[in-house]
Amino acid sequence: MSSASSGLVLACAVSAIVGASAPPLRVCADPNNMPFSNAHGEGFENKIAALVARDLHRPLAYFWLPQRRGFVRNSLDAGQCDVVVGVPASYGRLQTTDRYYRSSYVFVSRRDRHLRIDSFDAGGLRSLKIGIQISGDDYNNPPAAQALAARHLVHNVHGFTVYGDYSKPDPQREIVDAVADGRVDVAIVWGPLAGYYTRREPAPMDVTPIAAAADSPVLPFVFDIAMGVRRGDTALRDALNATIARRRVEIRQILHTYGVPLR
Amino acid sequence: MTPTRSHAWLSVAALVACLIVGCRRNQGNGPGGGASAPQGHVPGAPPTMHLIADVSAGEWRMPAGDFGNLRYSTLDTIKTTNVMNLHVITTFSTGIPHGHEGQPLVFGNTMYVVTPFPNNLVAVDLTKPGGAVKWIYEPHPDPRAVGIACCDVVNRGASYADGKIIYSLLDATIVAVDTETGREVWRTRIGDINRGETFTAAPVIVKDHVLVGNSGGELGVRGYVACLDVRSGKELWRAFNTGPDSDVKIGPGFHAFYPKDQGKDLGVTSWPSEQWKLGGSTVWGWISYDPETNLFFYGTGNPGVWNPDLRPGDNKWSSSIVARDADTGEARWIYQVTAHDSWDYDEIMENVLVDMDYGGRRRKLLIHPGRTGFVYVLDRETGELLSAETFEPTNWASGYDLKSGKPAEDPAKHTHFGTVTQGICPSSTGAKDVIPSAFSPRTALLYIPAHNTCMDYEGIEANYIAGTPYLGADVKMYPGPGGYQGELVAWDVARNRKAWGIKDARFPIYSGVLATGGDVVFYGTMDGWFKAVDARTGTELWQFHTASGIVGNPITYLGPDGKQYVAVYSGIGGWMGAVAFPEVSADDPYAALGVVGAMKDIKKYTAAGSTVYVFGL
Repeated sequence: MSSASSGLVLACAVSAIVGASAPPLRVCADPNNMPFSNAHGEGFENKIAALVARDLHRPLAYFWLPQRRGFVRNSLDAGQCDVVVGVPASYGRLQTTDRYYRSSYVFVSRRDRHLRIDSFDAGGLRSLKIGIQISGDDYNNPPAAQALAARHLVHNVHGFTVYGDYSKPDPQREIVDAVADGRVDVAIVWGPLAGYYTRREPAPMDVTPIAAAADSPVLPFVFDIAMGVRRGDTALRDALNATIARRRVEIRQILHTYGVPLR
Repeated sequence: MTPTRSHAWLSVAALVACLIVGCRRNQGNGPGGGASAPQGHVPGAPPTMHLIADVSAGEWRMPAGDFGNLRYSTLDTIKTTNVMNLHVITTFSTGIPHGHEGQPLVFGNTMYVVTPFPNNLVAVDLTKPGGAVKWIYEPHPDPRAVGIACCDVVNRGASYADGKIIYSLLDATIVAVDTETGREVWRTRIGDINRGETFTAAPVIVKDHVLVGNSGGELGVRGYVACLDVRSGKELWRAFNTGPDSDVKIGPGFHAFYPKDQGKDLGVTSWPSEQWKLGGSTVWGWISYDPETNLFFYGTGNPGVWNPDLRPGDNKWSSSIVARDADTGEARWIYQVTAHDSWDYDEIMENVLVDMDYGGRRRKLLIHPGRTGFVYVLDRETGELLSAETFEPTNWASGYDLKSGKPAEDPAKHTHFGTVTQGICPSSTGAKDVIPSAFSPRTALLYIPAHNTCMDYEGIEANYIAGTPYLGADVKMYPGPGGYQGELVAWDVARNRKAWGIKDARFPIYSGVLATGGDVVFYGTMDGWFKAVDARTGTELWQFHTASGIVGNPITYLGPDGKQYVAVYSGIGGWMGAVAFPEVSADDPYAALGVVGAMKDIKKYTAAGSTVYVFGL
């Protein structure tokens, strides 16, 4: 017991010294992409980055770049930074850590509409105005877009760009606003976005998770989210994995604070 | 905003020098800047070959050198019998190691070079040796545009008019710069990078109208051509390529040739719901103009969004060739090359305009070498398809029905999300990309910088955009049949067939082409060779290895000394060329939207560059 305590004290002392001179943890992040991150450090990925840097006893530094095509190439792969805080755990473009949360796409509607949409095969869906985010990026689409297309549900689908209006502070908020103000009846949105913005609408909103394989085994709606490092940077990946294991409770607390629907 | 160096006196000195030596050059307002080429005919061309506008004959004042997009110069001092003596006269660096697409302009005794982002304009005094810089105009575009541009931060060049050099900035702004002082005359922001729009295309100036189109189809923007007043930069009108007829400027004067392209508000009704609002169909290629009919022509990009299953319908007016009135922007006809694109076949390629004997009589032709692998020959007055024959291995369609204007598609080569489709030819980069062809009126051959790549559209992989997980297709590109990747194709327009080709085993040809009155054709390769070949036979006559891969377009001009020079950029980049950059992994066949599979050896042969080469005898 006593030896464990003294070991802890020693570790802290060492880390304080290391912390003074340790190289910064350089995070690649979007400066205007709430609820994930912004330049004011207000997103949940900012909070997690700060937690990780503290845990590793390294100062935190950011390389800011909008998360568009070429983001990994121009940030992580260009050596401008060393870690992307949130990517799909199966994302092959970089080396990923263990997952630190799992969320899903969700249906969002106004509670006072009593729509109770919980599946792509829900009877009422065909007569509703459905909002989805689309990217237009070559070859890429949100899974909901594919699921709707497979059911020939396309004529009542309204697309919002995932990038939104980047001149505004909440570029991705518009699709949730559109549900609140009745422009669409139901939106299909990535959970963290829905959880965060529905809390900011004056009207109560229903947020209903979509089942993992709501459409087919190849079309997932539930994603494990991990951190990403450059391929080959196993030292940092291992360090981050250790941090994720140590700080699981605090990470979960941050996600709860931001209303991220967890699975 | 202001030139870093401005020596107006230099141009006065140059003018004096010019008067003393007695310039051969026409200093008038003709678009080609050439007195030696009487309009309509060039020496050595068949008598039935009629050119609709002056071709270049000394200066190079617009992107293609001429309104008809021939990229042909009458200059003939450099010819098949002496081109082997060509050597470097001067080189200079723009200092920006990104893809140098496009071409310089030469006006008066000055060469004007637009760099990749940050889109500086460099004026080089041709009366002095060694690439003497007169001034550099630095517009400082919004740096956020860099994160939005899809495929490297390229620029495709400028146009001269009214004492100004006019070009696009990546941040969706058009600028006009005084040719002498390098000072900004006007600056107009016409698009919004916050909505994903960028500008990479070169404007073309018709009378008092600056015509330019937008880029950014990857981000769900809506394509259009804007018209600005050349004096003030004020936007006069804008013609969209999706949406209701009023937005597309389809009115009583619109007469599409084929029933498939006729009907009310097809830019709305051929899309589900309101998807036309994010329908792509941008205009990032070349504009040509016919002074005799006062029509201008351009091609449109692929439809957004990517998954074709999401947009049942023809998705008009994506992947189309469009003819519009140059004064009003009103559409005269539109021919949709592929409806409901499922391969990313943008059709923003150049439209070469020439009148010649075709099918037994003189026709007003529009020749469009397509990304699809077909050369399309249309009657440019009516939009009738006269021929569509393949110039590289192509299997998405077996041919075109000239009665209906429709391709005979192979349903097995359509892409569907979650379905594996192998061996689609050509790949998404097409049998050619935006890089332009040249046409020689003397040989009646179109010289096409071609690619031979095919692709597998495989499974599903997770991607993420703006924090949101997405699903994408694995697209892997690789060399097509025949064991080569690139080819300079000499296309016999009258006979609808290949006359000859020069194959490149390693890489696609991603350089533009220049044809000259000396019967020499110039082009470059992605591994940096700049080549001259015999325009009639394809015999290779000369080559020189430049410092970087060539993705720009050669030009030729008369120097202040009255001698002929040839200039080209050497700076690898762009969609396919970006694989040469150190940060793009050559180990991942799916990187850079799949092109790495076709380009994995490029790092062995070249690296980023930023050099302008000038060659002479």
